Amino acid sequence: MNKPLRKVGMAMLVMVALLLANATYIQVVQADDYRSDGRNRRVLLEEYSRERGKIVADETGQVLAGVRPTDDTLKFRRTYRNGPMYAPVTGYYSVLYGAGGLERSYDEFLNGSDPRLFVRRLSDMITGRDPRGGNVRLTVRPEVQEAAYRAMVDNGYTGSVVAMDPKTGDILAMVSTPSYDPNKLASHDSEEQQQAWQNFTDDPANPMLNRAIRETYPPGSTFKIVTTAAALENGATADTQVTNASEVTLPGTSTTLENYGGATCPGSTLADALKYSCNTAFAELAGQLGKQKLEETAANFGIGGDLQIPMNVVPSGLGDLESEAALYQSGIGQRDVRLTPLQDALLAATVANGGVAMKPQLVKALLAPDLSTIEEFTPEELTGEPALSAANAEVLKNMMIASEENTSGGGKDPDLKIASKTGTAEHGTDPKATPPHAWYTAFAPYDDPKIAVSVIVESGGNRGLAATGGTVAAEIARSTIAAALGGG
Amino acid sequence: MAQPAGNPGAAGQQYTTNPPRELPTRRGTELGLLAFAAFIVTSAFVLVQANQEQELSWSIVWYGLAYLAIFAVAHAAVRRWAPYADPLILPCVALLNGLGLVMIYRIDLATQQEALAVGEEASSNAPRQVLFTVLALALFLAVLKVVSDHRTLTRYAYTFGLIGITALALPAVLPSSLSEVNGAKVWLKLPGFSIQPGEFAKILLMIFFAAFLVAKRDLFMTAGKRVLGIELPRARDLGPIIIAAVACLGILVFEKDLGTALLFFGIVLVMLYVATERIIWVVVGLSMFFVGALIAYQLFTHVQQRVANWIDPLATYDDPGGGYQIAQGLFGLGTGGMFGTGLGAGRPETVPEANTDFISAALGEELGFVGLAAVLMLYLLLAMRGMRSALAVRDTFGKLLGGGLSFAVVMQVFVIVGGVTKLIPMTGVTTPFLSAGGSSLLANYMLIALLLRISDAARRPQQQARPRPQAQQAPLAEAHTVMVQRPQQGQAADGGPTQ
Repeated sequence: MNKPLRKVGMAMLVMVALLLANATYIQVVQADDYRSDGRNRRVLLEEYSRERGKIVADETGQVLAGVRPTDDTLKFRRTYRNGPMYAPVTGYYSVLYGAGGLERSYDEFLNGSDPRLFVRRLSDMITGRDPRGGNVRLTVRPEVQEAAYRAMVDNGYTGSVVAMDPKTGDILAMVSTPSYDPNKLASHDSEEQQQAWQNFTDDPANPMLNRAIRETYPPGSTFKIVTTAAALENGATADTQVTNASEVTLPGTSTTLENYGGATCPGSTLADALKYSCNTAFAELAGQLGKQKLEETAANFGIGGDLQIPMNVVPSGLGDLESEAALYQSGIGQRDVRLTPLQDALLAATVANGGVAMKPQLVKALLAPDLSTIEEFTPEELTGEPALSAANAEVLKNMMIASEENTSGGGKDPDLKIASKTGTAEHGTDPKATPPHAWYTAFAPYDDPKIAVSVIVESGGNRGLAATGGTVAAEIARSTIAAALGGG
Repeated sequence: MAQPAGNPGAAGQQYTTNPPRELPTRRGTELGLLAFAAFIVTSAFVLVQANQEQELSWSIVWYGLAYLAIFAVAHAAVRRWAPYADPLILPCVALLNGLGLVMIYRIDLATQQEALAVGEEASSNAPRQVLFTVLALALFLAVLKVVSDHRTLTRYAYTFGLIGITALALPAVLPSSLSEVNGAKVWLKLPGFSIQPGEFAKILLMIFFAAFLVAKRDLFMTAGKRVLGIELPRARDLGPIIIAAVACLGILVFEKDLGTALLFFGIVLVMLYVATERIIWVVVGLSMFFVGALIAYQLFTHVQQRVANWIDPLATYDDPGGGYQIAQGLFGLGTGGMFGTGLGAGRPETVPEANTDFISAALGEELGFVGLAAVLMLYLLLAMRGMRSALAVRDTFGKLLGGGLSFAVVMQVFVIVGGVTKLIPMTGVTTPFLSAGGSSLLANYMLIALLLRISDAARRPQQQARPRPQAQQAPLAEAHTVMVQRPQQGQAADGGPTQ
């Protein structure tokens, strides 16, 4: 009986060998496929259970996004201070829906898998500490963000406020309203998370849209800064004579383009035209400049370029300007001209910075878990070419100071030394019957600019068809500026 | 005193050393290996605690002592009742059982945490498993004590067979409320606890089958007609194998238990082959298996589902009863990779049934391929030592039973680990000694007791007169032995003066 027993013994060997070979195939050859399969929650859970780095504001170091230890499997829950206020800045971090905004752009750094953290991770492993993510320090100043957000929310406005330091490009505030609370998406209760996501995405007001960088609007008269800059760069001066007609006919059509309220322009110099925001003058100016010159100057303001702050900013653009009629309309920021609120703020910032656009950035520095600095960001020029010369920037600045003097709206305070331009942009399929977007872009103080700000209030805010940039948006920007300068 | 004692002593020595080899019992080796197993298990336990709770608690001492006590008793029992038993079998079992305990405890921790997060109370399996191990040990001791010679089992072969077949059929006959868990009707639900009678039936039926085959061996050896140079068995001799096949099919149909059916059929085939030494039985059996499998596939949707899950568990991932569990197991194994995540550092609880059917996936995730391979090698070592004892034992019943029991262990491991690693379709059988569950543990300890008994018989020096020379040798041990009671004169005379 021993012979068959030996054979059975061999069979047993073969069976175990088969198991081993198969286990090798699964655990070594195919391991990566299984590990990285989207349905394998292990890798995700591993990452989520690491202590994620904080997102902190400017020098004050106020924690905008932190973690709270939990007693569930994920160990840490993301928490946002003033969630809705900072949501456009921080983004969200959700187990089910992934990360959005800055949380996504710096995900690897925040979750600790970024190679720049590697040396520290290694030492963490040796010392037996759980690996932690790095921290991100922002350029945002809480008092500015708060002032801007409060001003928008208290009025119930839909829109955006972007404030930046014109000399460095540091974004001081980035507000988008209505907003959402990322805390709800960070919940570890998946039902709560799903419910919140459903509510946010189903909301017709689209609270999760970051209007500051992900939405473009017709800039209306704020675009006249670009048209003026192009004219100045091409030989015009503040005293150049321009038309003061109440309306012009678009070349090649029978359509007319009129000034606001159908009024005749009180002055006939370029300076007057900007001060009183005369549409006819800028329409003609754009027509005279032509497509190429206008586009060139616009490009030097950053319009049309790709930009990451580090989140992707949707490109602003002028449209194709194929006809003279299109040029006329584009010269006053209508037709197909579309800017993001961030780009609009860049217009004022560029003028404030002597014609040089600085690259907007939201992140000041990357910090290790122990708060030592790993990388610090230095200001960069945006396009490498000034949009206008320092002298012309001075000229334009003076025009904008005059414009501010002519602008009504609340919160006016001469001590703020604001230079500004308003805009009232028509939009929609029936522009005359749709409340216009109210714009206001400004910088202050004009003798030593510290802040450039742009405000858009969608569809006239609470003023309906009668809304203008001055009556609706100016007040928001002025309180934002006041908050920024008040402390400094 | 030395002089008179010397002569008979020398004579006695001559007799006793006549069979000159004093076979080492190797109990010391066993103890050493058990200590080694205890060391590995304790280290594993410490690792789990360190990784899961970041601190060591007193429960470690509790579990460690329980483990030590259990195997100290087992060792003492083997020393007492089966001194010549194979020294490797018990340490292998101890290590597997210990690793199983650690893994079950580790999954307990994870599920408790999960339950805590949703504010529920989780039942813990580890204390139950320790309790079952104690019960299994008691059964082990009983079997080792009561069955002092495995050949006596043949006397009760038909009784065992009857009990076995009844136990096997019981869940199928009982109403579902008393026998069904997760779709498989293999349970006997009693108040307070449940047992899987099939686990015990397996061993009882193997005893019966071995005895039956040994008794009727000649019948099966008789050749039938020769066709194309192959000796076919006579038609009437096909009876037993057909009965076995029908029984397995019955299990499949009425209890929906693919795994047990496969296991039984494999064991029957192998025992038939070993008994008759004719490969034709294997050929006949395998062809019957394939035909049966084909028919089962056509008839039963749950068989089709299993096959579909086997071919591509990721494709049927979202189906009800689909490949979710297998896919999760594979994700775990893949994430573990070569060296694993480390004990307590993975997430084996993600796989449903991680502490029973899929415990090998849990081990593969945390210990990696290396750990899984080591566990498989442990099983192989265990079975090979059993097989070695079967080869060495002198009686045919012992050979057949020993071979069958050893093969049963590997076969069961093959069916379940193969299922988990997608080598064959998944069929739920327990992983011997590792998975949580009382019946499996109790039955497998019974199996080990029998294997130890057979191996003890295989290595025990063969001589009936052994106890007698030992008694004669006694005077050599000097002094205080109570030799006076022996009525033989020569010895009494010798013993007298010494006292």
